[in-house]
This record gives sequence, C-alpha cells and structure tokens, in this order.
Amino acid sequence: MVKTKAEELALEQREISVAAFFEKNRHLLGFDNPLRALSTTVKELVDNSLDACEEMKVLPEVKVEIKQVNETRFVVSVQDNGPGIVKEQIPKVFAKLLYGSKFFRMQQGRGQQGIGVSASVLYGQLTTGKPSKIVSKIGKGKPGHYYELRIDIHKNEPEIVKDEVVNFELDHGTKVEIELEGKYQKGRLSVDEYLKQTAIANPHLHLIYINPLKEKIEFPRVINELPKEPKAIKPHPYGVEIGVLLRMLKGTKAKNLLGFFEKEFSRVSRNIAKEISDKSKVDGNIKPQEVHHDQAEALVNSIKNTKISSPPLNCLSPIGEEALLKGLQKEIKADFYGVVTRRPSVYRGFPFQVEAACVYGGELNNNSEELVRVMRFANKVPLQYQQSACAITKSVINTAWKNYGISQSKGALPTGPLVIVVHIASVWVPFTSEAKEAIAHYPEIIKEIKLALQEVGRKVGSYIRKTVKAREQAERANLFEKYIPELSNALANLSGEKKTKIEESLNKILKKSMKDILAGVDKDIVEEVKNNHIEKEVIEKKEKQVKLR
Amino acid sequence: MKKQKPSEKLKEVGNDIVKQINKGKGPVINLPVRALSNVSFDRKSKTLVLGRKMAQRIFFNVAHAKKFLQTMEVASVSKNLLKEGKHASLRDVFYMIKRTVPGTKVNLVDDQSESDSCIEDLELITDHSREQLNVTANKMGSVVGNVTILDRGDTIQWNKLGSGGYSVPSTVEEIEFKKVDAKYVLYMEKAAVWERLNEDRFWEKNKCIIISSQGQTTRGIRRLLQRLYEEFKLPIYVLADWDIYGAYIYSVIKYGSIALAHMSEHMAIPSVKYLGITYDDIEKYGLQKHLIKMKDTDKDRIKQVASYEWFKDNKDWLRQFDMMKKLDAKAEIQALSARGISFISETYLPTKIKNKEFLE
Repeated sequence: MVKTKAEELALEQREISVAAFFEKNRHLLGFDNPLRALSTTVKELVDNSLDACEEMKVLPEVKVEIKQVNETRFVVSVQDNGPGIVKEQIPKVFAKLLYGSKFFRMQQGRGQQGIGVSASVLYGQLTTGKPSKIVSKIGKGKPGHYYELRIDIHKNEPEIVKDEVVNFELDHGTKVEIELEGKYQKGRLSVDEYLKQTAIANPHLHLIYINPLKEKIEFPRVINELPKEPKAIKPHPYGVEIGVLLRMLKGTKAKNLLGFFEKEFSRVSRNIAKEISDKSKVDGNIKPQEVHHDQAEALVNSIKNTKISSPPLNCLSPIGEEALLKGLQKEIKADFYGVVTRRPSVYRGFPFQVEAACVYGGELNNNSEELVRVMRFANKVPLQYQQSACAITKSVINTAWKNYGISQSKGALPTGPLVIVVHIASVWVPFTSEAKEAIAHYPEIIKEIKLALQEVGRKVGSYIRKTVKAREQAERANLFEKYIPELSNALANLSGEKKTKIEESLNKILKKSMKDILAGVDKDIVEEVKNNHIEKEVIEKKEKQVKLR
Repeated sequence: MKKQKPSEKLKEVGNDIVKQINKGKGPVINLPVRALSNVSFDRKSKTLVLGRKMAQRIFFNVAHAKKFLQTMEVASVSKNLLKEGKHASLRDVFYMIKRTVPGTKVNLVDDQSESDSCIEDLELITDHSREQLNVTANKMGSVVGNVTILDRGDTIQWNKLGSGGYSVPSTVEEIEFKKVDAKYVLYMEKAAVWERLNEDRFWEKNKCIIISSQGQTTRGIRRLLQRLYEEFKLPIYVLADWDIYGAYIYSVIKYGSIALAHMSEHMAIPSVKYLGITYDDIEKYGLQKHLIKMKDTDKDRIKQVASYEWFKDNKDWLRQFDMMKKLDAKAEIQALSARGISFISETYLPTKIKNKEFLE
C-alpha cells in the first residue's frame, strides 16, 4: 500500500530533545562564534562558582585557567571553594540541560535559567567530542568525586564516561574542566575583560586567572564581607502571566483559590484575594487545580485592576556604594569615582535596584577623544555583548552629559576619559534573549537608570568643573612664576638693584597673595552660584504660594 | 623744576617699582588712559589734550601681567640704547624684546603694534618723547626748498640735493637751521605729487618749502613742520586727497592725534590751513569724471570723524563730508593731472594760494 504524504512525513516527525534543539540554536545561549563560546563558558562557570560560594557564605576563591591545546582548541578550567555537589547530583547538574533549582525560585542570582553549565558541557562535546571533567568535594574528610561526563543528546540525560574517587586539594569545592573549540583574543569582548569586570562588581572575590598566553593575572579581594544575602520572595501578582498562573495553580498545595493567592503570592491578603476572585467572577472556593484556562485569563485581568501594594524590596542584594567604589578603585586607576546605589523600585511586580558609577580621568585620559566605555552589569554579572540593544546603553545615550561638562554628539554615547558603570539587581532581570546580554526596555527600568546616571553625572560634573578651574588657576599661577624672572631682569637693569633680590621679593608676594590674585578670576563663578541660589528661592516661594492657594 | 634726563627718569621709574616690591606690594604703574574716551579738544589751545583718567597696570593681574612685562622690557631696551648712545627703530625694538618666555608657550610680543604701544605708554610714564628715548621710526618723507641746515655736523642745502631732496630723519630735534628763505611750507600727502612739484621746481618758482611723506604723517615731519612754523613763522598748507583720510591727515597735523594726545604740545600746529583738494576744486575744474567710488569702510570712517569734537561744529568740513557722501566718491590729488601734467604746479596751486582759498 502506498503511504500518504502525511504518513510519510509522520515517519520523520519526532520529539526534539532540548539538547538537539541547542545543537541547532547554539546562538541563543551565547555560543554563536568561537570567541564568544570561550567567554560564555568561562562566564557560566564563574557565575556558578560565585553563586555557590555565596550560598555557602564563604568568601569566594576562584581559579580560572585557559590552556590552548592547538590553534582553535582550548581547555577551560574553573575551580572554586564552594560547597561542592553531592555525588549523585553531579551528572545531572553538568550533563542534563534545564536541570536546576534556580528557575522556580524568585531570588536574585547570577544564573537564572539553569541552562548555563550544561550548555557549555554540550558545546565542548559537540566541538571536540571530549567529555567534561568534574571534581567535587563537599567537606573535610569526605572523598573527592571525579567524573567524566557527556550528554546523551537525544535523551537529554547524562552519560557517565568515568566515575572515580580522587584527592581534591580543598576541603570543599568544585573544579570543572571543559575542552572546546574557541578563539582567544584581548579587547573589550575578551575573557580577560569579563573577569576584570567581574572583579569590579564582586570586590569580595579573590580570583587568579591564567590566560592562554600563560600570563597570571590576580584580582585581589578588597572587601572581606559577603554581599547582603538576597532573599527568596514569592512572586507578586502583577508579574504573573497566564501560563505561569496555570502552572502555579496545578502545583499548589492550597485547598481553594483564595488560599492559593494568599499562600503563593506576596502582598496578597485574604481581602485582596477576595477582590481578585470577585472581580473575575471566579468562585474563590473552588480547587486551584480545577481552574480552567478562561477563568485563569479572567483572574489575570482582575489582578491588573486590583490595587496591590509593591512587593517587598528588601530581597535585593546590590553591590553597594562602598564595595562598588573599592572594586572600581582597584581595577581602574582614575582621578575621580562617583558611585550611587538607588532605592529599590518595581517593574511588572518584580523588585529591582539600579546602581551607577562614573569613573573619570587618570589612566582613562589616554583615550579622552574616544566614546566612553559603558560597563553593564546584571546581578553582578558583566554584560559584554549586544551593547546597542540594551536598555542601559539607551539610557546612557539619552542622558544629557553636556550638562556635566562631558561632550556628547546627538544620539551617541558621550566622549571623554570616562567609564560609566550601571548595575541592575533584580529577582528577575528582563533580558532580551536567553544569552542574557541585553536588558529589555521597560520604562520603569529606563527611568531608574536615568535617575542614577543623572546623580553620578552631577558628581562627575562638579569634579570636572573643579579640576578645570584648578588647572586654569595653576596655569595662571605658573605664568606669573615664569614672568617674574623676566620682569626682575628688566627692573634690575632699570634700577640697578640686584636681580635675585627683586625676584625673591616678587616670588614672596606671589606666594602670599596667590589666593587673592587667582580669586579675581573666580568672581564670575561665585556670582553664578549666587544667582542659582536666588533662582531656587524664587521657585520655592512660588511653590509655597501655590500650596497656600 | 628742571626736567630730568631720559636715562635718569627711566632709572627713577625702575626704582619706584622696586620700592613697591620691597614693601611687599605687587608692582603697579599708573598711567593716563590713551583712548578717545580720555581725549578732549581744548578750545583754548585748539589742540587735542589728554584727560585726567588714569589707569593702573598691575603686574599681579592676569589681564595686565604681560603688558606690564612688555612695558618694562621696552624701558630696559631704551635705557641700554641711551647708555650706548645708539638709536633703534620701532621694528628693532620689537625684535629686541621678542622671545618666548622660558617654560611657557607665551611670546612676549607677537606683533609690532604691541611694542609700539608700550613705547607710547613709556613716553607718558617718563614724560619724554620716543625720540628722546632713542627709539626712532622708519624715516619716510622728503623735503626741498631754499634752506640750509646743520645736521650732525654736516651742512646741508636742501635745494642742492637733486631729484630726491633731503630725507627727513625721524628725529629733527638736533637739526640746526642756518638759512631759511621761503614764504610758506606746502605739505602733501602723496610722494608722487612731491616729485612732480620738485621736477617742475615749484619750490624755486614760488619761494616755498615742499614736504611729503607717504600716507600718515610721521612724527619727524610733524615736528619739522612745527619748528618751521614756530621758529620762522611760515604758514603751513596741507595738500591732500579729497577723502576722509586726507581730512584726517590735516586734522592730525593741526590738532594732534588721539594716540599721541600727550604729544600735541610738541607737534600740533593749530594755524595749519587746508589747501585742497576740496569739493569746490572738483566743481571749478570739472573733475567729476575723475572720481573714485567710496567703500563702506570710508563711509563708516566719515561718520566717526564727523562726530569728533573738533569736527562736529565745523560747517565747512561737514559740508565737504556731506558732498563725499552725496557723490559717493573721493578724489586723489593726481586727479588734477587730467587737466595737464603740470596743471597742479602752474595753475592750481598758485591760484589757490594767491586767492587764499583755504579750508580751516
């Protein structure tokens, strides 16, 4: 019997495993070219190490080494002093995609999707055929477990190549070694730069890095305290979409709908839960598992029309002004550092917090004609790619830097000896793609970034004004110093007095009255400041009048 | 009180500033403001005089420091010149002080006008003329006439010097007049006209002295004119182009100049008379076809000059200015050549002088 076309096609149709999907769509996870693949691998491993150490509340000691095997092949190894991983979990954590604890948790963390490490393992496997090597140890006196792992692409299951007990130099920790096709180069998109920025945003990290050129780079720890531990929170109703709501309804242990809202969400009281169910005309007493699709849609709509207070904001862990300052100071030798940590805010029911910094002058003066560097961070992780697609870049461009004495062409980044740093901490950072390189353009987020930039902009602006003024003054003082010998010469000739004596006296006068001499020039500036005060007073008076009415 | 010698005065200026410095004060020079705002027309002497507005030049002031230094440099150069008994031109002085201040990118002077202006200031500070400070200008100008002088020990007869005539030095103070046989002095703006008149031996036929310089009248010539007027009571006539610059050349000789208002006493000759060219000459000799069109800058300058105190009530001159504006034109002395090459020496000048057709 001849098969119908549909039957023919049916033979070809099969379930695509996540791993097989990844093989074809590696760019989605940041493995689109050899250069980026190398940096993404380091990034996933280091991010995991940092998260693990912080969970265990130990100051992270991380070693990164990249060895070049041949022209296009590298071995990346990352070792940390984290809690380690129990033996049974090791294969799954490293050799099964989409396995992890982070996805279902509303907590600020570096990795969010739990796809990272295993994607690197898979990438290495696809490009070199070699298994990844993992050693992990969970405590003093416990054995170190060594695995060589591959991923079964069709089943998305770990394939154990080797399973041994070995000695591990640390009491606890994990070391991962992945061989992969890659490309190493220096520059803004390099691994070196990624680690440097990581060190800036994580000044509590002690990192030793050996690059493929066998250069050992040490990033010292400058803060001996772990950052504030981010707290896990329940989701806020405003951030929930229909699919998520349905999943939550299925998984809850609550007996009825009202109980479900109260239990699974933050900021929902019995009264709010009632209001939501009343507005949606869905009975609050039905079993959560019985809520069907249309009802769920009605619930989502009624949530939007219900006033619910903002989610708790103490769940976030910013870098902190002091830590960020120290991180910047140790990695960038500049003349001025302006840092600000904004108060937390909310977008779509997710708490987030923006921090910004401006670093000016010093070693940056070498490229004072170029566009400024923008360092973007999300949950303390540097974002290196897709700069132009990111809300941070957009906010930097849309800030009027000229107000702060920094030149800027219309619609472009400003130019000057400046590095602009922006960090967003959130329980859920909205990235534009799974590669987690660009932050989506939410108006609430852009607004907060701009406010933070304006704040640091004012700081750097006042510094620039002061230094420019000081430099001009120094130039003037210098000019007098240079004129004095000339004048003394002429006067000595005219009067017959000794040149050295005249010169000495003139220098004395210059020193004594330097302030007055230079003050004459600053009168204008003082006037300007006075006028500003007057303007402010006028505005305040007007505001008062308005209030009185 | 006897006037000090220039070199003594310079020393005193230096001592004065050193005294201020020794007292721990930033050095300051006081000097009169040399600008139109501080120049007035003295109706009694009929010359421009400097007012009493004083300005301070303060070394420890960013805006004054360089100018202060320049002034002292020029003073120092002058003192050396006096000591060595040598003269230097304005250009020489410029180069003598021109250099980059060590350790800076600042040139002590960038342009000769800066050092020139400092020398003029120094005249005010020391109360001695530039010539007395042994700084001279380029000599520019020739004179011929039945005159014998003694100049640095040489006896010179102005009428025996051929086509070039005697060239007027920048300092005429030392010249001693031995014999002056003339009825008047004719000063002309144009050297070419002077050459025409010399070739025609106009000075011989009309028993006069003819002098010219190219363009603005130099100090040497102004001083020479003043001496001829004061020592020999010779009337001075000015022959210039019929344009605003010609009028101003006449004005400077007669009343003095704004920049050198402090020197009026030594240079202005209030009795000077303007011979031509005038609008009336143009009409009388039918020169309307030989005019030059005015430029915008000429018109602006007319407006400026017409508003000067010493012109603004002079109806005869205002009429001339009005006619310039009306015709939108000016006339060079040489326009007279349209009536014949020697028309100027044979007809124009003798007639004008005979009929006393002057403008004042």
